[in-house]
Amino acid sequence: MKIAVCIKRVPEMDVKFRIASSGTTVDEAGLKFDMSDFDGYAVEFALQTTEKLGTGDVTVISLGPDAVQETLRKALSMGAARAVHLKAERIPVDNFAVAQVLAAELKDGGYDLILFGKHAADTASGAVGLMTAELLGIPMVQACTKLSFEGGKGIARREVEGGAEMVTFPLPGAASIDEGIARPRYPSLKGIMAAKKKPMDVKPAQPGAARLSVVKMELPPERKAGRIIGEGAAAVPELVRLLKEEAKVL
Amino acid sequence: MPNVLVVAEARGGEIRKVTLELLTAAQKLAAGGDVHAVLAGPPGISTALAGAKVTYVTEHAAFTEYNAEALSALVAERAKAGYGIVLLAASAQGKDLGPRVAAKLGVPIASDALTVAADTEGVVVTHYVYAGKIIATMKLAANPAVVSLRPGSVAPEALQGESSVSTVSIEPPASRVVVTEAIRGDSRKLDLADAPVIVSGGRGLKAAENFKLVEELAEAFGNAAVGATRAVTDEGWRPHSDQIGQTGRQVSPDLYVAVGISGAIQHLAGMRTSRTIVAINKDKDAPIFKLADYGIVGDVFEIVPALTAAIREAKAKG
Repeated sequence: MKIAVCIKRVPEMDVKFRIASSGTTVDEAGLKFDMSDFDGYAVEFALQTTEKLGTGDVTVISLGPDAVQETLRKALSMGAARAVHLKAERIPVDNFAVAQVLAAELKDGGYDLILFGKHAADTASGAVGLMTAELLGIPMVQACTKLSFEGGKGIARREVEGGAEMVTFPLPGAASIDEGIARPRYPSLKGIMAAKKKPMDVKPAQPGAARLSVVKMELPPERKAGRIIGEGAAAVPELVRLLKEEAKVL
Repeated sequence: MPNVLVVAEARGGEIRKVTLELLTAAQKLAAGGDVHAVLAGPPGISTALAGAKVTYVTEHAAFTEYNAEALSALVAERAKAGYGIVLLAASAQGKDLGPRVAAKLGVPIASDALTVAADTEGVVVTHYVYAGKIIATMKLAANPAVVSLRPGSVAPEALQGESSVSTVSIEPPASRVVVTEAIRGDSRKLDLADAPVIVSGGRGLKAAENFKLVEELAEAFGNAAVGATRAVTDEGWRPHSDQIGQTGRQVSPDLYVAVGISGAIQHLAGMRTSRTIVAINKDKDAPIFKLADYGIVGDVFEIVPALTAAIREAKAKG
């Protein structure tokens, strides 16, 4: 099975972000970057799938500045066969512009399966995968918690509001990966060495004019400082009174 | 004065609360323009939605459950009829539907907006980015502007004005994605997106069976849904669909009760916009107490049953 995984380079989230002087991006100084978490699950799942089937390989694709090559290289060191760097000055905020670039690259790739993370850790929008599949005209199953293949079909489980559902879809097809499907492996030293020799295709990308853009970034208003009203069950009557009289939610 | 199209959401034959929120937001955005709605569901779903001048209704068995391919085609077709703004819910369904519709229309989507406003140059939304640590104000200069709105971010108002139904008959093509099994939760339970109150449990509950304390408290409120932290869903104590946080569901209920939840940033990212937050936790230094309007320090196994009894009593008194 020939699998493509689209991955995004994002900052690690466990930090205090500062806003850059432009006011429209975060200050990247001092931030560590890595593959977005769900994209990591997707890469791992793709690798396990080709390893299990014993055929096919995994191509990883990323859009952005030269720095995304580091993220692609990590996927290569995990075991992906090749990488495609769609080179652009920055990663566009406009999700449709990103999908257009990805779809153009994927269109003639002959992939049986195209994978995405459920959403990127920075924007948490979850639009690019669905849009790319739509542009390619292939079926797409969003947020799979299980995925397997049988007789040219994908079989997926996805959590939906009020339960879950099992679905089948024909290949070629696309899916986005939710957590719980596969824990990403750490690249081995051997993998890291091998990745240096794997092909990294650099292609210039020209995303269309942005119709979705950031005008301003700001820190969210602080909630008023938390208040501990008491200890143990003795505090319950006071809580109920406050919920009724102050918060008016009872 | 853009014309606004609202994508109504129904479940089990009932119009969901988030649809009323969308219609309320649409009225403000339209500022004199027309608000229309599109509604698809099984036979019997037809209704003229208050706040929409025309509700375009398609009744077909193919729309009994969410059908991404057929519904996105139907909504995109309607959206081409001169709307400046298309509004969806950023519910689980809307998050899947919105990008499909936008791509069919050849435009980007502003997802999971907390606020939405229109001016002469386009539509402006606010949206949490970077794990809820930053609010981005974003401009959408596309026609139509497709926006999904976070459930609970608008207080639904009673809407008036003329409203009528226009029936749209179509024969949807067979979907390529086929649902082979629907694993239903308890259909009587409120969904996280609809519930005014959410009672959520964390690792402090210590075991799956102790979630009955959380369920009993939710039942006592009568209008509550049950949520969980990622640690809990990773342990398999609760289904993955109950997870609230950066990688799960993002919610904004009127009241959020955090039981045995320490308050990891990933969890806070999913619930910090709740109007009132209550925290019950044994560790007085837990980060959740920095956010909680009302915190009680102590043993959840002692406090939660007492709270359940007190809420029952308060509700019984009215």
